[in-house]
Amino acid sequence: MTTQANSPASSTTGTPIIEVRDLSLAFGNVQALKDVSLQLRPGEVTAVVGDNGAGKSTVVRCISGIHKADSGVIHYNGSPVSFHNPEQAREAGIETVHQNLALVDDLTVWQNLYLNREIVRGVGPLGLLDRRAMRKGAQEMVSTLAVNVPAVSSRVRRLSGGQRQAVAICRAAGFSSKLVIMDEPTAALGVQETARVEELIIRLKSEGRAVLLISHNFAQVLRLSDQVWVMRAGRCVAGRRTAETDGEEIVALITGAKAA
Amino acid sequence: MTQQTPTPPAGSHEPAAEHMTTNRSSSSTTVTESSGSTAGAVHGGSSPSWTHKVTDPSFWADWAALIGLVALCVVFQIGNTTFLSTNNIQAMLVAASILVVLSLGQTFVISTAGIDLSIASAMTLGAVSFGSAFGNGQPIWLCCVFAVLGSAAVGVVNGLLIGVAGITDFIVTLGTLSAAAGVALVVSDGQPTTIFDTFLLRLSTGGIGRIGWPVVVAAVLAVIAHVVMFHTRFGTHVLAAGGSKEAATATGISVGRIKVAVYSISGTMAGIGAILLVARIGASEPAANTQFLLNSVAAVVLGGVSLFGGRATIVGPVLGALLLTALANGLTLLGVSEFYQPVAVGGVVILAALITRFQK
Repeated sequence: MTTQANSPASSTTGTPIIEVRDLSLAFGNVQALKDVSLQLRPGEVTAVVGDNGAGKSTVVRCISGIHKADSGVIHYNGSPVSFHNPEQAREAGIETVHQNLALVDDLTVWQNLYLNREIVRGVGPLGLLDRRAMRKGAQEMVSTLAVNVPAVSSRVRRLSGGQRQAVAICRAAGFSSKLVIMDEPTAALGVQETARVEELIIRLKSEGRAVLLISHNFAQVLRLSDQVWVMRAGRCVAGRRTAETDGEEIVALITGAKAA
Repeated sequence: MTQQTPTPPAGSHEPAAEHMTTNRSSSSTTVTESSGSTAGAVHGGSSPSWTHKVTDPSFWADWAALIGLVALCVVFQIGNTTFLSTNNIQAMLVAASILVVLSLGQTFVISTAGIDLSIASAMTLGAVSFGSAFGNGQPIWLCCVFAVLGSAAVGVVNGLLIGVAGITDFIVTLGTLSAAAGVALVVSDGQPTTIFDTFLLRLSTGGIGRIGWPVVVAAVLAVIAHVVMFHTRFGTHVLAAGGSKEAATATGISVGRIKVAVYSISGTMAGIGAILLVARIGASEPAANTQFLLNSVAAVVLGGVSLFGGRATIVGPVLGALLLTALANGLTLLGVSEFYQPVAVGGVVILAALITRFQK
């Protein structure tokens, strides 16, 4: 791997939470990924940048269990894993904030936070929801991340775009997830709301979780990330520590004006 | 299921957060009138004043069935004082029980943004299954089991075609509406079976005190339905699947399985309705029972359940069913021709649908 040599990430200490090695995936004739290798570290924000169709989302979907790679391995916490569906990845502690947020408007904030992970009392199909415990837990999740949601009992329908994003991130951050994947989390948000979501991302990082961020916003990537991986035409062409690079270099790497 | 909260972050409360929250709440009080109950209505905060609630169309939409029921009671009581007599109330409750049971099943289906057009045909098939088991000399409990199985089978077929094969709800249940009615005719050879049985006689005439057994059955089922809808994981998943299919799928909920379940519930309710129907008329008939289909959908709509799914109550459709029964009963008491009843039902339903346009 040529990119491996270029990866300054290998110089930092600590084991990566995710290590992708030589991942390849083809959809019919389209080679979506070609020998992609990258790493994510806990307590860091890792950004994946690249043009449309460069393969960013595809790599992320392989990690979150939506796609299965043709070849290559993904190491999670040091051991190779192969998720067959997103549910397995979720159980392992890999949460994804979907671009459409995957919230149910007619349910309350706490119901959304606990969707398909409801707390029940009693056994089997006779288990009754412990609404009080979930409301309390939701309140804790929300206040821990200092999310500005009016009340956990309010319906999501009444929330603003930024508040919805916050709820979706909150859900991904709860339940002791170790890696939170975010696909363009601030694309649809205003300036103030973007700032609040960025605060949230930094807070996740400070809690020692890994955050994988896909963003088209270079300023945001430079502001938030510790490590940037650049993708072009299905390959991961470069990896840089954010502190050691700048917007110009990243743009050059994305367009191919500068070889890695 | 355990839930671990993440450890608190190093940095505590942001002043910016407080600023934004206060901003929101103050602005919400000014717009309450136009946008219905906004953030103010959500828990925790102070609930909007009573006058605000009454001027809010959404409030009327949510409680359309109850308000309509009270209004009807007042009008009919003025027109004929026997309307609210104990005997007439008793009779109305018994008359409403089958519709209540069907409406419960229909509520689960409509909560997932579906519709069960075959519910009355399924009930007919259940009644005919009852009759043919009875005709073969089976014990009465087995006849009841056959009734439920016959109707539930229609529901399961609906569920599999909709949830697994992915065909539109409307088309599938329109098909089984016809098919189930046809099977009922074939099985019964178009003939009613008269049923004489002490158990059924007691079911239709007896009760706890002055409350008839059919009413007790309907009430118990309504309570169970409420608990299932709002106090189990399944109920939450029904509402999630109806509210947003994408979100439900993304969180690992199988929408297909939910569909199979709700149509099976609807079929089972039709089966219980079939037993009550056979008990009431003392015979199993392959009749179409079309009015039960229309009224079950009407009751659910009157009850404020969204046809687009995701929003439901159980008490609403129950009140809706009571309203429709009271309407028919009251018109009869006032000596209005039976022919006007469908007109009145249609008018009430469209009015209710009109009000739900204002629902938030």
